[in-house]
Amino acid sequence: MRKKMNTIDLDFYYGKNQALKGVNLGINENEITALIGPSGCGKSTFLRCLNRMNDIILQSRVEGRVLLDDVDIYQPGVDVVELRKKVGMVFQQPNPFPKSIYENVAYGPRRLGLHNRGSLDNIVEKSLRDAALWDEIKEDLGKSGLSISGGQQQRLCIARVLAVEPEVILMDEPCSALDPIATLKIEELMQDLKKNYTIVIVTHNMQQAARVSDWTGFFLLGELVEYGKTSELFSIPKDKRTEDYITGRFG
Amino acid sequence: MIKIRNMRQFSDSAWKQVILVCGASSIVILLLIIIFTLREGLPAFTEIGFFKFISGTTWKVANDDYGILSFIVGSIYVTALALVMSVPLGVFCAIFLAEVAPNWMRQIVRPAVELLVGIPSVVYGLVGLLLLVPQISKLGGSGDSILAAAIVLTVMVLPTIISVSEDSIRSVPRVYKEGSLALGATQWQTIWHVMLPAARSGILAAVVLGMGRAIGETMAMIMVIGNSIKIPVSPLDPARTMTGSLALEINYATGLHWNALFACGVVLLIFILALNSIAMVLRGRTQQ
Repeated sequence: MRKKMNTIDLDFYYGKNQALKGVNLGINENEITALIGPSGCGKSTFLRCLNRMNDIILQSRVEGRVLLDDVDIYQPGVDVVELRKKVGMVFQQPNPFPKSIYENVAYGPRRLGLHNRGSLDNIVEKSLRDAALWDEIKEDLGKSGLSISGGQQQRLCIARVLAVEPEVILMDEPCSALDPIATLKIEELMQDLKKNYTIVIVTHNMQQAARVSDWTGFFLLGELVEYGKTSELFSIPKDKRTEDYITGRFG
Repeated sequence: MIKIRNMRQFSDSAWKQVILVCGASSIVILLLIIIFTLREGLPAFTEIGFFKFISGTTWKVANDDYGILSFIVGSIYVTALALVMSVPLGVFCAIFLAEVAPNWMRQIVRPAVELLVGIPSVVYGLVGLLLLVPQISKLGGSGDSILAAAIVLTVMVLPTIISVSEDSIRSVPRVYKEGSLALGATQWQTIWHVMLPAARSGILAAVVLGMGRAIGETMAMIMVIGNSIKIPVSPLDPARTMTGSLALEINYATGLHWNALFACGVVLLIFILALNSIAMVLRGRTQQ
């Protein structure tokens, strides 16, 4: 399986605090990679290194390399805006803009300079369909993105990402604010999406990682302790710390 | 036990009374201001007639002929011109401070902006007289003009517009910004299409606060606006504001002249109340 992204000896610092320590991790194309670990282990920080969202944090520093299709995204001259188009992100808290549902989805394409109403209509419909939201809200495209339920808002945020046609989708605990039914819908959606996209998901929920992912990485104190096929990592963990964590002895 | 409970209930209700009195006092003060201004101003309205008073273009104390249209026009003209200059400047400065400036720069600029608020308006007037009026006289006229007054006002209302706008931009949830950036929007697109719309009710409040300050400003206006009683046309014309007339003439006014000045104060109050009502309606609309 081709590696879509690779990190090589990735270190990350918040000021003097080292949050990631020499992480080497390859992300397979068209598969789902889950990152698990206790709070503060660096899994979210790692995720945000993959589309340089950490750039907006003051006094942070990255060392090592992050490759997207074998190009280092941290090398000078890389267009961060271009990068984030290719590597989209869904956040922990559903964060639709205070605009209409239509405008939320059209936001990305519009910023890329697309203003043709017909093309926008098509993109909005296709994105909402792909995010399994179209049938629920097709009558309400003019309503505020904040007026729908939390689970719908999160799928709207996914639709919004799909509208800019990324290659990789990063999901930072996308279900932690949702109820079980809404969570199930997102998980089903992820299985559909992986046919066309590469997905990396950070989750607190080990069952979720076991259910949805093909590969799992276990982080602890900024280190990638173990990384392997999900079925293997959860059944025969190689590292004692992984075993302790997945059997619920800490975390 | 029961006794203690009674004590607590007593002190609780006593606090409620104290707070109620404090809250009510602001309304009482506002009412007193309106009542007394009205009482002194009403004779002018009855003697001259309300519409004749506000539409009259002559103000001749010797003839007991009082019309304040030129003052009204002067006040609105100078306020509008000041807002045209200060709103873009202030909002962009707020964006810069909230989103663009590095921390150390913000720590210098922000206190400097706040210091501007503390400078007495008479000092602004002096500086305007010294720096602006001679330059503007080169464009034509005496230099004492709407333009000079509007520039002085711009500087005076900037701190209000900047700090209130900056606060409202900063209070936009960080997730909006991150959501936009993560979609491949540039920093500027994110500010323009997400941050500013989300902050617009706060920015609107900033503009209205600035407007209130501008229309009420007196001292600095008197010093640079020329104070001539005629309807200004060009920004280089001198003019007189409602507040300026009050300050210039109240010391020697008697009889109908005194009442006319208070009536002018009543009109000013109506303007301020109307402005605030418009602002409240606008804010209500954006919040929906």
